[in-house]
Amino acid sequence: MSRVSERPRAMNASRAAAIWSALGIAALVVLVASLALGSVALPVSRAIGALFHAHAATPDIADEIVLTLRLPRALAGFASGALLALAGALLQVLLRNPLAEPYVLGVSGGAASFALAAMLAALPWWGVDLAACAGAFASIVIVLGLARKDLWQSGPDASPRLLLTGVVIASGWGALITLMLSIAPESRLRGMIFWLTGDLNGASAPWPALIALAIALVAIVPAAPQLNVLLRGDTAARALGVPVERLRLRVYLVASIAAAAAVTTAGTIGFVGLVVPHLLRLAFGNDQRMLVPAAALAGGLAVMAADLAARTVIAPAQLPVGVVTALIGVPMFLWMLLRRPR
Amino acid sequence: MTLHLDAIVLRAGARTLIDGLTQTMSAGEVWCIAGPNGAGKTTLINVLAGLMKPASGRVSLEGRALASWRAAELARARALMPQATHDAFCATVLDTVLLNRFPYLTGWGWESDDDRSAARAALDMLGLAAFAARDVLTLSGGERQRVALAAVLCQNAPLLLLDEPLSHLDLHHQIDCLHALRDAAREHARTIVFSCHDLNLARRFATHALLLDGRGGAFVGRVTDVLTPERASAAFGYPLALIRDGEHEALVPSIHRS
Repeated sequence: MSRVSERPRAMNASRAAAIWSALGIAALVVLVASLALGSVALPVSRAIGALFHAHAATPDIADEIVLTLRLPRALAGFASGALLALAGALLQVLLRNPLAEPYVLGVSGGAASFALAAMLAALPWWGVDLAACAGAFASIVIVLGLARKDLWQSGPDASPRLLLTGVVIASGWGALITLMLSIAPESRLRGMIFWLTGDLNGASAPWPALIALAIALVAIVPAAPQLNVLLRGDTAARALGVPVERLRLRVYLVASIAAAAAVTTAGTIGFVGLVVPHLLRLAFGNDQRMLVPAAALAGGLAVMAADLAARTVIAPAQLPVGVVTALIGVPMFLWMLLRRPR
Repeated sequence: MTLHLDAIVLRAGARTLIDGLTQTMSAGEVWCIAGPNGAGKTTLINVLAGLMKPASGRVSLEGRALASWRAAELARARALMPQATHDAFCATVLDTVLLNRFPYLTGWGWESDDDRSAARAALDMLGLAAFAARDVLTLSGGERQRVALAAVLCQNAPLLLLDEPLSHLDLHHQIDCLHALRDAAREHARTIVFSCHDLNLARRFATHALLLDGRGGAFVGRVTDVLTPERASAAFGYPLALIRDGEHEALVPSIHRS
């Protein structure tokens, strides 16, 4: 049998577990680095020690920095990256389109429009978060309402209409965003731009995003074998006993809620949702049973690492994390794509 | 496995494609569904697979109405090869074929060694063993078609429903595939139903035929009784002549139109 070294090897449970473990360990290393590095550099042992001083009677300044600034921010970065990559991987399967990403169906546009409106109205940060969440859900409901026929009673190939509906809704939100940016007072503009490019500065409550991540994984990981079959087409999947309509609705809802939770936590961080699933595909193949959990781990790892870079490279100034993910992601993706023999 | 059609009526919009068809298809038989474009071949195959309901009538498998089968159970009893499958992303040929073992997956949904050997056996049967590690996106149309056929074979279902399995294949591979299907019917007592535009290959390899004229008419029976010049001419709306040379026979379009 001919074997080409660059081709991904057959996937099985133990190989998938090895990939997940490697990504998990890398994520832990970056987490510890995120706790230790920053404007005040701490020894690794001190940074880890701070985690166990959470309830100490006399927390010192290092404990404070780790527990109230760095840990929540790193966890929020991990959760939003994981949610974005998960949403991207799922939408690429649902739409059978390699260009799909978490924002393609308008979730982020809705979130951004509402969040910017809240900023224009000078609401406090929690009002902005709440507005972003409401906007994301408004967009999910609009797209679902308009394209429900294509999700439920899918014809020979229903995806193009769902995709087009989402894209058109997204461009409608885009126009609203541009309108608000053009009428916004100078003083608010900077905050709005940072929100739009994705920003973990001030992300202080990672728990909603982590809980959303856990729910999304529990809802979709057991369906991963069905996702593999769905990629072959609706007719083939139905003939193999996959409840196609139910599965498509489930994938749409999980992907949308994941994107909504990520956008609410960290704004519209670009590129992770598109590129992380493809990097994993290029490296390990397109088996959804491996890919879905791996995308979550790798997406979390990528955003956490990018945020570490964003706040240390030109410290004390900070870059928006979305800029870093795109600046690193573009060359990395192109390199992986083009070195593959065709 | 016995497939029974009871007074099946198929409609597309206002057109009646099949007006009341009753027939039994049994193990070991190879059925060819023939007819002009739009006559309802794909619709009929989807109805036989239980993916679509007929306008009226009933299809039953082993005496049980298709609607009463559980999806997973049905997927182990009948395999469907659709006319087109999607390959939007890279995957090896082996992984693509393994997807049809889905009805047998248990636990966390990883394939067992049995699944892998079934997939390899199916690839061997169609002469695709050397392609196992190839990326499906690099295959030609005909090679993809053979991969799709291997996938359906590795599902190990007693009833095979194949929608134009020979399209895109060169003559040599068409005949190889038909040999593989005929062996599957004879040696493993499978029931095979395929749609096909090549009436001569159908006459040679099928045991039975179902000829649709797209106007409600359906002729069924032994292939040599159904795919006759008279009936085929009427169904296709173009005169056909049967020519003989020794033991070879062929239906050819007549030179004299009308």
